[in-house]
Amino acid sequence: MAAIKAPVQRPLSPHLQIYRPMLTMMMSIVHRITGIANYYGTLLLAWWLIAAASGPTAYSKVEWFMGSIIGHIVLFGYTWSVLHHMLGGMRHLVWDTGRGFGPAEREWLAVATLVGSIGLTIVLWVVGYLLIGGAR
Amino acid sequence: MAENENRFLTPLSKVRGLGSARTGTKHFWHQRLTAVANIPLTIAFVIILIAVMGRNHAAVVQILGSPLVAIVMLLFIGSVTYHMRIGMQVVVEDYVHNELAKFLLLMGNTFFTIAVALTCGYAILKLSFGV
Repeated sequence: MAAIKAPVQRPLSPHLQIYRPMLTMMMSIVHRITGIANYYGTLLLAWWLIAAASGPTAYSKVEWFMGSIIGHIVLFGYTWSVLHHMLGGMRHLVWDTGRGFGPAEREWLAVATLVGSIGLTIVLWVVGYLLIGGAR
Repeated sequence: MAENENRFLTPLSKVRGLGSARTGTKHFWHQRLTAVANIPLTIAFVIILIAVMGRNHAAVVQILGSPLVAIVMLLFIGSVTYHMRIGMQVVVEDYVHNELAKFLLLMGNTFFTIAVALTCGYAILKLSFGV
């Protein structure tokens, strides 16, 4: 009868701290972080909608918060977080078709996602300010 | 005792039954399905936000309660909350290895996402029907 071998102490796969930070790796981490941020950010959406459904008094509190400096910072960050997660998700959908895995392509996609999310966030806020500045 | 038994188990037999719960493909597919749906719905949501921004309460109620906007908002909320429920599930399963904590967090995830979905959905319906 063959002897049963004792369990071998196999090496564990190396984790994050052993790698040199790379853009694609940081983008993967940021995709997850923005996903988590978007998750909790839906509380703002729920608050806004419930306040609108409740009446002018409740709605004025939301307006006050969204109009404050902290509210603006939160909303600006949330805008970027949603857009970044959306563009990053599109990148994943491209990968799902088997394309975009080459060394040059994946770097290009990562840069495009980052530049796109920051650029779109700024564009949206400029459009927003122009609209609010106008007669309404 | 358990250690004694383990000595006669091959590594393969030890891991049998501990593997996939056979729902991985469905999870993967639903993540993609809602991801694709989220793209046009999020763009529509941003357009709605720009349309209501800076308007007074009465105007916001009128816009959010109009049929097309309300339908898009309901679709947006449904797709997004489902997407974030299965997304957060992966995050919990990746990082939380204590069984009790994992179960509690997975339950909390379901409660949270359904609560957000129903809260937002109820608000939209109330704005639409004006009860």
